[in-house]
Amino acid sequence: MEQFAPVKRKDGQPVRYLIVDDSVFARKNLTRMIESFGGQVAGEAGDGCTAITEYERTSPDIVLMDITMPQMEGIEAAERIVRSHPNARIVMVSSVGYQDNIVAALQRGARHFVQKPVKPDVLYEVIKYVLGEDASVANAAGAGA
Amino acid sequence: MRMELIQPFINAADAVLADSLQSPTSIGHLSMDEEAYRRKGVAARIAVSGDIEGRIIFDVDPKTAMRVASRFAGEELPESNDLICETVCELANQVIGNAVTTLNDQGFHFRVHPPEVHTSEHGDKSSEDTEALVMCIETGSGKVFMNVAMRYNRRQQGEKAVAAGQ
Repeated sequence: MEQFAPVKRKDGQPVRYLIVDDSVFARKNLTRMIESFGGQVAGEAGDGCTAITEYERTSPDIVLMDITMPQMEGIEAAERIVRSHPNARIVMVSSVGYQDNIVAALQRGARHFVQKPVKPDVLYEVIKYVLGEDASVANAAGAGA
Repeated sequence: MRMELIQPFINAADAVLADSLQSPTSIGHLSMDEEAYRRKGVAARIAVSGDIEGRIIFDVDPKTAMRVASRFAGEELPESNDLICETVCELANQVIGNAVTTLNDQGFHFRVHPPEVHTSEHGDKSSEDTEALVMCIETGSGKVFMNVAMRYNRRQQGEKAVAAGQ
């Protein structure tokens, strides 16, 4: 996979991600991408309820959240997390990207939306945007981004 | 089934598979089927509900699914039933999600349910209202079959018409 200039937290530590998707396959795919960005998986969840528990347990820097999942869907989980943690950075990652869905996710506290199939360079830019000044990008020399 | 419902599925399958596999795809045989669905390989079934209701079955033979999984992983993966099912479900999810996105933006409102592995040899028999479109997509990694059976939800359309008239 293409390598990107590592995105680090301001304290120089790797950005920690919570990956939420009911597909193990999709979680593995996202894990490979965030590792290529210099990030670290803090936790994983396969449904919205587990995502809330895992958020409390791991306090990640960013959540990558699918929408269509069993038990509790991603938009509701995002809303509940943001209600308890207003500074939570949640990026919705879904194949269902119609306008109403995106607006609903943003209104309930998600910071951004990425449509599947996820392109690594698109996710990389979204992560940098969502982290804003709380992150720094290491020297890009030799990186593929 | 009307072309306005079919075309987004054809476009989404073509785009998602070409993008995911980084190789050109071509739409092979297209036909309408009123017979019960016969599974060809490992199949994922996704139900949709809303203005239009029905189901889509995404069917891939195991060897093709393994090639797709290895292509996604960037390395040769050992054959595993779980991985094959996961690959088929995720591909189905992406293709159908993209098609539903297009249809929603055209004014049809759907809900997509999570994919389920379709294990029975035969599926639901389609009816006059839900004749199925069967399509074969040729990819560099093998053939992928999609079976789409959907119909307009008359009850919901009736309720909308009543609401609009009030």
